Amino acid sequence: MAVEVKLEGLSAWFGSNQVLDDISFTVPAQSVTAIIGPSGSGKSTLIRLVNRMHEILPRTRHEGHVFLGGEDVYGDDVDPVDVRRRVGMVFQRPNPFPTMSIYDNVAAGLKLNGVRGKRSGMDGLVEESLKAAGLWGEVRNRLKAPAGGLSGGQQQRLCIARAIAVRPEVLLMDEPASALDPQSTLRIEDLMAELKQRYTIVIVTHNMQQAARIADWTAFMTVTEEGAPGRLIEFDQTNTIFTHPKDDRTQAYVTGRFG
Amino acid sequence: MTRRRLTDQLATGWMIVSVLVALVPLAFILGYVVYKGAGIVSWTFLTKPEPFDFTHSGGGVWNGIKGTLKLLFLASLLAIPTGILAALYLNEFGRGRFATAVRFVTDVMSGVPSIFVGIFIYSLIVLETGHFSAYSGALALAVLMLPIVIRGAEEVLKLVPHELREASLALGVPRWRTVLRVILPAAASGIVTAAMLSVARAAGETAPLLFTSFGNRFVTGWSDYGSPDSALPLLIFRNARSAYEPAQQRAWAAALVLIAIVLVFTILGRTLAGRRAFRS
Repeated sequence: MAVEVKLEGLSAWFGSNQVLDDISFTVPAQSVTAIIGPSGSGKSTLIRLVNRMHEILPRTRHEGHVFLGGEDVYGDDVDPVDVRRRVGMVFQRPNPFPTMSIYDNVAAGLKLNGVRGKRSGMDGLVEESLKAAGLWGEVRNRLKAPAGGLSGGQQQRLCIARAIAVRPEVLLMDEPASALDPQSTLRIEDLMAELKQRYTIVIVTHNMQQAARIADWTAFMTVTEEGAPGRLIEFDQTNTIFTHPKDDRTQAYVTGRFG
Repeated sequence: MTRRRLTDQLATGWMIVSVLVALVPLAFILGYVVYKGAGIVSWTFLTKPEPFDFTHSGGGVWNGIKGTLKLLFLASLLAIPTGILAALYLNEFGRGRFATAVRFVTDVMSGVPSIFVGIFIYSLIVLETGHFSAYSGALALAVLMLPIVIRGAEEVLKLVPHELREASLALGVPRWRTVLRVILPAAASGIVTAAMLSVARAAGETAPLLFTSFGNRFVTGWSDYGSPDSALPLLIFRNARSAYEPAQQRAWAAALVLIAIVLVFTILGRTLAGRRAFRS
């Protein structure tokens, strides 16, 4: 089940360098929310706080809370491993496991966790996930082939299939189409429109047209001055952000006058 | 001809000459060992121990071959798993001062002269137990292998892309499973190469065995690690020093056998690692 994601007072640091300052907004369930803003405004760090991936890097820390359907992922007795199973992530550069087959990549979330299960159950899950990622037709006859042989766009859809095979509630995408050609980008965008029926999707993007096309909600972040941490300027329905933004800086950014 | 092309050709030519210069001694060593030793190697030579009087011809080097295999087996058992675990620790978990200290000590250890390792084990074990033994020799070899395995494996683990780690962790795979199922397989072939390099190094070591394993004219049992044991380098050392022609010939042939053993290990390791990488 998709759940809403509530960010509350999030700040983040790399060493002594603060990259996010006091960010709060709520992503509604079963919707696509785009986070836009110039490079270095902390967009990736923000979504990495949602699935607790920020803390795996050395000398990082954070303040604030993230609630998944009411449950604090930074609660005292919460295991980050469980959070990451509830919150799937797709990275900027397609990163399938190169030595594994297409099939094993999709099944990786379960197999790496030692789930063997009935083979038939696994087959069904792999097929279902690949279909949901719009890749089934292209790979059904070569499931045992190494994933490294797929094109970049196919690899990225494979990574989406891998993420949803774990049956997460939220799907985070960190510029998932920035390394892809326009055709593959379009496919991924179509895919998101379908996936939001079942997941809460948060996508970081540099591409404002993309945000306008696919997102229901949009958050605009920026750094207000050189060396300052990223701040949330405005969060609203995508339509509003692109047509009647409340803040001048949002207006300047979406009309291409800045950033 | 333009200046640029001339420079290019000069540089290329210079590189080719350098490669040849580097290869010539290698080819000579191999060629000379084959030339001097190949005539003596026979089935008997490989399966019989040295004759009672090693200045006479006949017999073989089986005591040395078996001793070397035994020493390498135990030394590998001690050094390779420990070394891989240490490298995993340094690369995946080690942060801060302790890791830096371990890295520094490893570097220092890889520079310690091998004869010193021999003396160290001699005073630590041989003097304590009162007799030379195969296990003390294996331990000395393991001490020499450890830094090679650690640094080699660490270099390879560093090359595993960080994206793979993140991909696995983001799927909700715990850290230790990520290391075991994603990182280690990705680095497997390189780690095997590092391990084989250390085995090859240990196979040729003579100095640390002089006062530990000592040498033995007789063939010892596979599980007998308490007795002094022969090893090919020890056997080569003793036979080559002799003034008698049969012993010198035996030393040449034993050197050839030693090179062949190292070669077989290397090829075996490469094929195994290559296959693993594709399957998993």
